[in-house]
Amino acid sequence: MTTAVRHSDSEVSFGFWLYLMSDAILFGLIFATFVVMSTNLAGGPGGTDLFSMTNLSMQTALLLTSSLTVALAHHAAMEERIGPALVWLALTFALGAGFLVLEVRELSGFVASGAGPNRSGYLSAFFTLLSTHGLHVSAGLIWIGTMMMQLLLKGPNSRVLSRLSRLTLFWHFLDIVWIGIFSVVYLPELF
Amino acid sequence: MTEDISPLLGRLGPDALPLYSWVAMGGAMVTVAGGLGFLAIVTWLGKWRELWSGWITSVDHKRIGIMYIVLALIMLIRGFVDAIMMRLQQALAMDGGGYLPPEHFEQIFSSHGTIMIFFMAMPFVTGLMNFAVPLQIGARDVAFPVMNSISFWLTAAGAGLVLVSLVIGKFSTAGWTGYPPYSGVQFTPGVGVDYWIWAVLVSGVGSTLTGINFVVTILRKRTTGMTLMHMPMFTWTALCSSILIVFAFPALTVVTAMLALDRTVGTHFFTNDGGGNVMNFMNLFWIWGHPEVYILILPAFGIFSEVVATFSSKRLFGYPSLVYATMVIAVLSFTVWLHHFFTMGAGANVNAIFGIATMVIAVPTGVKVFDWLFTMYRGRIRFEPPMLFTLGFMCLFVVGGMSGVLLAIPPINYATHNTTFLVAHFHNMIIPGALFGYVAGYMYWFPKAFGFRLDRNWGARAFWFWFTGFILAFMPLYVIGLMGMPRRMESYANPDWQPWLIIAFLGACLILLGIVSLGIQLWVSVRDRVRLAAEADDPWDGRTLEWSTSSPPPAWNYTELPIVSVRDSFHEAKLTGKPIPTAPLTASIHVPRNTAVGPVIGFAGFCVGFGVIWFIWWLAAVGLALVATTLIARSFADDTESEAFPGRGTGIS
Ligand code: HEM
Ligand SMILES: [Cu+2]
Repeated sequence: MTTAVRHSDSEVSFGFWLYLMSDAILFGLIFATFVVMSTNLAGGPGGTDLFSMTNLSMQTALLLTSSLTVALAHHAAMEERIGPALVWLALTFALGAGFLVLEVRELSGFVASGAGPNRSGYLSAFFTLLSTHGLHVSAGLIWIGTMMMQLLLKGPNSRVLSRLSRLTLFWHFLDIVWIGIFSVVYLPELF
Repeated sequence: MTEDISPLLGRLGPDALPLYSWVAMGGAMVTVAGGLGFLAIVTWLGKWRELWSGWITSVDHKRIGIMYIVLALIMLIRGFVDAIMMRLQQALAMDGGGYLPPEHFEQIFSSHGTIMIFFMAMPFVTGLMNFAVPLQIGARDVAFPVMNSISFWLTAAGAGLVLVSLVIGKFSTAGWTGYPPYSGVQFTPGVGVDYWIWAVLVSGVGSTLTGINFVVTILRKRTTGMTLMHMPMFTWTALCSSILIVFAFPALTVVTAMLALDRTVGTHFFTNDGGGNVMNFMNLFWIWGHPEVYILILPAFGIFSEVVATFSSKRLFGYPSLVYATMVIAVLSFTVWLHHFFTMGAGANVNAIFGIATMVIAVPTGVKVFDWLFTMYRGRIRFEPPMLFTLGFMCLFVVGGMSGVLLAIPPINYATHNTTFLVAHFHNMIIPGALFGYVAGYMYWFPKAFGFRLDRNWGARAFWFWFTGFILAFMPLYVIGLMGMPRRMESYANPDWQPWLIIAFLGACLILLGIVSLGIQLWVSVRDRVRLAAEADDPWDGRTLEWSTSSPPPAWNYTELPIVSVRDSFHEAKLTGKPIPTAPLTASIHVPRNTAVGPVIGFAGFCVGFGVIWFIWWLAAVGLALVATTLIARSFADDTESEAFPGRGTGIS
C-alpha cells in the first residue's frame, strides 16, 4: 500500500511538472507577444511614463520573500510542526495578497489615467501579461487557503504533504515568471 | 457597440432565435428535437440512473473513451450535414442560384471546419487513445482518471456551445481559423466569433489535460517488462501526439484568449488600429495549427500499423524505423509553422496546413508506407473492414501526397492558392489519412469494448461508399481548382465549373450512404450480437496485449497484471502455447469511485463560455466559482477508491 501511494505520488508530480511546462510555454508566448508589441504605442504612454520604481521594488520584495516563507512552511510541515507551518503559510498568503493589492492599485491607476489595456497594442500586451500572472497568484492564494484548512483538519498526512510540495513548486514558478516580467517589462523602461 | 445589455440576460434577446431563414430555423428545430428526443428516450426506457452512474460520472478510461467516440460520431453527422449543404449550394449556385444567402453559407463553412477539426477528429482520436492505450500497456487505468473525466466533459461543453449556436444566436462567419481583422468586432459584431472562440478555448483546456494525462500514463504506468521498444505502435503514436498536445495547445489558448480580449475588452492585439499586429495571430495560430495536423494524423498511422500487422498475420515490418519516423515527425512539426503564411500572404489558408508540410513529412511518411507494404508482402491478408479502410487510405494517400508535392512547386502554388485545389488537397490528407484510420480503429476495437464484432458486410459497404464517394466528391475539386475556382464561393458565374460541382455533390451523397451504412452496421450488429460474439476476446487473431483480456475487459482491465518480455507478447504466447506470465495478486485491486466532478466542471465551463459570449456576467462568474469550489471540495475527499473483487466483476455490459 505504501509503495502504491509513493508510486502514484511520483505520477502526480510528473504530471504537475508537465503542467508547469505547458504553463511556461503559455507565459513564453505572452512574453513574445509583449516583446513584439513593445513599440506599438499608438501615440499612448510608454512604460517610462507610467512605471514607478518604488512600487516595483515593493512588489518584487513581497513576492520574493513569499517564496522563502512558502519554502519554510513546506519544511515545517515535513517535520510535522503544524503550528509553524500554518504561520508560514499565513505569512505567504499575506505577502501574496499584498503583492496583488499593489498590482491592482498600479494597474487601476493606469486605467484611471487613460492608459488602460485598450489604449494601445503595447498596453494590451502589458495588461494581459500582468493579469495572467496576477490570476495565477490569485489561484495560488486560494490554494494556500485550502492547504491551511487541510493541514488543520487532516494533519500532515502524505497526500497533504505532497500537495504542499506542489504548491511550493507552483509558487516558485510564479516567482520566476515575475523575475521575467521584472527584467523584460520594467527594467528596460526604468533604466 | 450600441446594443442594450441587460444585467440579467446580457445581450441575449428574442432576436437571437434563428428566424432569419427557414434553413437556419430547420437546423435549429432538428437540433432541439434531437436533444429532446434523446431525453425522452432515456426517460421512457427508465435509464437515467444507469446513464448517470454507468456513464456520466464514470471515470473508467474505457467508458470515457466510448463517450468520446459517441460524441465524435454525433459531431461527424452534424459536420457532414454542413458539408452536404455546401455541396448542394455550390451544385446549384450558378449565376446566383442556390438556396443559401452568403452570410449563412459563411456560417456553414466555418462551423463545418470547426466541428470537423475540434469536435469530430479530436474527440475521435482522444476516444481511441482512451480506450486502447491503458489496455495496450497493461495498466489498470490512466494516471489521472478524474482529470480524464474533466477533459471529456470540457470537450463536450465546447461541442455543446457549437450546437447551441445553431439555436441561440449565430455561429462565426470567419472560417475555422478565425483570422483577424475580419474576426474583430468592427467586421463581425455579434456573437458568432465569440461562440467559435469559447468553444475552442473550453475544449482546448480539456485537450491540454488529456495530453498531460497520457504522457504520464504511457511513461509511468506500463506493466512489468513493457519497455518503450516493446510498446505497440499505436501507443507510441499516442505518446508523440500527447507530447505535441502539451507543447502546442498553449498557443491556441493564448491566441483565442487574445482575440476574445480584443472583442470583449477592446484591447489591440490584432486590430488594424491602436498598434495591433495581425501577423501575431498567424504566428500563434500556426504554432498550434501545424502540430495539430500531426496530433490528428499520427495516431491514425498507429492504427494503420496495428491493423496491417494483425490482418496480414505478420510482425510489423521495421518497427524501430516506424518509431523513429514518428518521433522525427513530431519534432519537425514545431519548426515549420511559418510556411502557412510565408509563401501565401496573409489570406485565410487552411490548405497550407497540409500543403508544404507534406514536403517535410514526406520522408518519414515514405518510410512508414514502405514498412506497411513490406508487412503485407507475403502475408496472409484478411480483408476485414478495418483492413479495407487501411488499404483505401494507402491508395488515396498517394494521390494526396502527389498533390502536396505539386503544391510545393511555386508557380502551381501561385495559381492554386486559395482555390478548391487546396480544399481537395487537405480533405485528401485528412479524410483518408485521419478519419479512415479512426473508423478502422473503431471497427477494430469495437469487439474489445462490447464483446461482439461489427457486421462485416455492412462494414465493407460503408467502406466502398466512403471510398468511391470520396473520389467523386474531391477529385473534381482538383480539376476546378486548376481552372481557378476560389474556395468559399457561395455563388459563381462560370458555367464550366458547374458539372464538376454536381459530380462533387453526387460524391457527397455517396459519402452520406457511407455514413448511413455505419449506422445500419451498428444496428444490425447489436441485433445479431449473440452470433457476432463468437471469439470476441480475440476476434482478429490479435498480437498485442489488449487481446489477452476478456471482452469487455473488467473495470480494472487485468485481474493479474501481465509481465511481458517481447513485443507482440500475446501473439508470442499463442505461438509458443505458453500463456503470458502474470504478477500474482498480492493486495486487493482498487478502482477509483465514480464522481460528478467531471460533469460539474464541464457544465461550469459551458456556463463560463455562454456567459461571456452573451455578456451575462453573473453566469460566467457563477461558472468560475463552481469550478473553484468543485476542485476545492474534491481535494478534501479522501475516500476516492473502492475495492474491486475479481470474479464477481463488472465490466462494460
Ligand atoms: C465527409 C465529407 C466531407 C465533405 C463532403 C466536406 C466538404 C467541404 C466543403 C464543401 C468545404 C468548403 C469548401 C470551400 O471553402 O469551398 C469544406 C471545408 C472544410 N472542411 Fe470539409 N468536408 C468533409 C469532411 C471533412 C473532414 C473530415 C474534415 C476534418 C477533419 C474537414 C475539414 C474542413 C475544413 C477545415 C474546411 C475549411 C473550412 C473553412 O473554410 O474555414 N472536412 N469541406
Ligand atoms: Cu504546417
